[in-house]
Amino acid sequence: MKLLELLGYYNYWVFAITLMIGLYAVISKANLIKKLIGLSIFQSAVFLMYITMDKVEGGTAPIIQAGVEGQIYSNPLPQVLILTAIVVGVSTLALGLAIVVRINERYGTIEEHEILDAD
Amino acid sequence: MIFVFALFLLTLLVITAIAIVRTENLFVSVMLTSIFSLLMAANFFILDAADVALTEAAVGAGITTVIFLSALALTAEREKRRAGGQLIALGAVGILAALIIYATFDKPRLGDPEAPVHQHVAPWYLEKTPEYIDIPNVVTAILSSYRGYDTLGEVFVVFTACIGVLFILGVRPPEQTATRSAESGGLRHHLIPQVVGRLLVPFIVLFGLYTQFHGEYGPGGGFQAGAIIATGVILYALLEGEGEALRAVPRSVLLGLVVGGALLYGAVGVVCMLMGGAFLDYSVLSADPVWGQQLGIIIIEAGVGMAVCGALLSIFHAFAARGTQP
Repeated sequence: MKLLELLGYYNYWVFAITLMIGLYAVISKANLIKKLIGLSIFQSAVFLMYITMDKVEGGTAPIIQAGVEGQIYSNPLPQVLILTAIVVGVSTLALGLAIVVRINERYGTIEEHEILDAD
Repeated sequence: MIFVFALFLLTLLVITAIAIVRTENLFVSVMLTSIFSLLMAANFFILDAADVALTEAAVGAGITTVIFLSALALTAEREKRRAGGQLIALGAVGILAALIIYATFDKPRLGDPEAPVHQHVAPWYLEKTPEYIDIPNVVTAILSSYRGYDTLGEVFVVFTACIGVLFILGVRPPEQTATRSAESGGLRHHLIPQVVGRLLVPFIVLFGLYTQFHGEYGPGGGFQAGAIIATGVILYALLEGEGEALRAVPRSVLLGLVVGGALLYGAVGVVCMLMGGAFLDYSVLSADPVWGQQLGIIIIEAGVGMAVCGALLSIFHAFAARGTQP
């Protein structure tokens, strides 16, 4: 029982660790594409936290079936927020990558310290 | 049983994330990102978020990977090693991780029905959707009706990002792009991918359309459909070469989809106002308010699908066209 209670937090721990792995890539890697990959891991971790919160014990996906009474549904609101955030995430990521491509054309490198040296 | 499976998937997720950051080959890193997204989609599905899982699988595992790869083709494939700074970063990140994990003990347990997040508006949405909108998928109902303002904003963000990418990468006028279709040959000389791919493309697009129009009844909707149809066209571009794909779906059509989709969404809101309701209050669209709601949802979902599909394809073509420039 105690163990199961602890495992109820496992999703949040995975969220915390993945979030920090993403942050680590953003602050310690010099490669701009690697930084963006780190940023998208960071973003996915936040998505995981939101979706973890939507789960209700014994619930199912919030699609109401006709004639079924007393069914528990999981919370649809976090799902809506994250669904749109995923698509917005890929668009903003593409914007970042476009800037990286232009930086590469101008400086011939995508390593942060080399760009700073060139300036 | 599913609980053990979820633990396994989550552990795999962390391992994949570590591998993504550790590897110095960016190509490997991007392919692992695709696996990461697929694992994430499986996790979302286990956590009852079917719509989100579908989106993550289509966008994260499909389109993000393609966009990353086309950016890699324009830059460098290997990351250079940099000395120093890692330990400080690791220390800072470690302390933060410990703090966040400590904070999670204040959070409600997974699946706790008494959690604050389940107390506010969510029960109202679940209870009233059959009465006010009468469509089975509550996620679609919230997305396009109750929180229609949010979704309109998100569509405009996608629109703006697409315009931004087109400006930054400077797309050439259409007449110049047609001439170089011969150079980007795609996989035209590889028989097996060609045959299998050609068989797949129509079914991917068909599935996208199904997702679009079945979004009120099952998992799906404009965002997923747009991403899936874009994936189908991108597969066609990879098989036949980018020029062929642009001949099938020209750039003007793509821009029309982006602008038209965003405008269609906004126009529905304005029509609602003209007919005496509030902005994006679909109830006034028809004599029967429930049918008005359903009509509004179908139209704006079509707008969302058009905008997302057009934006993602425009972004893909902007990156691909950059590669063939001198």
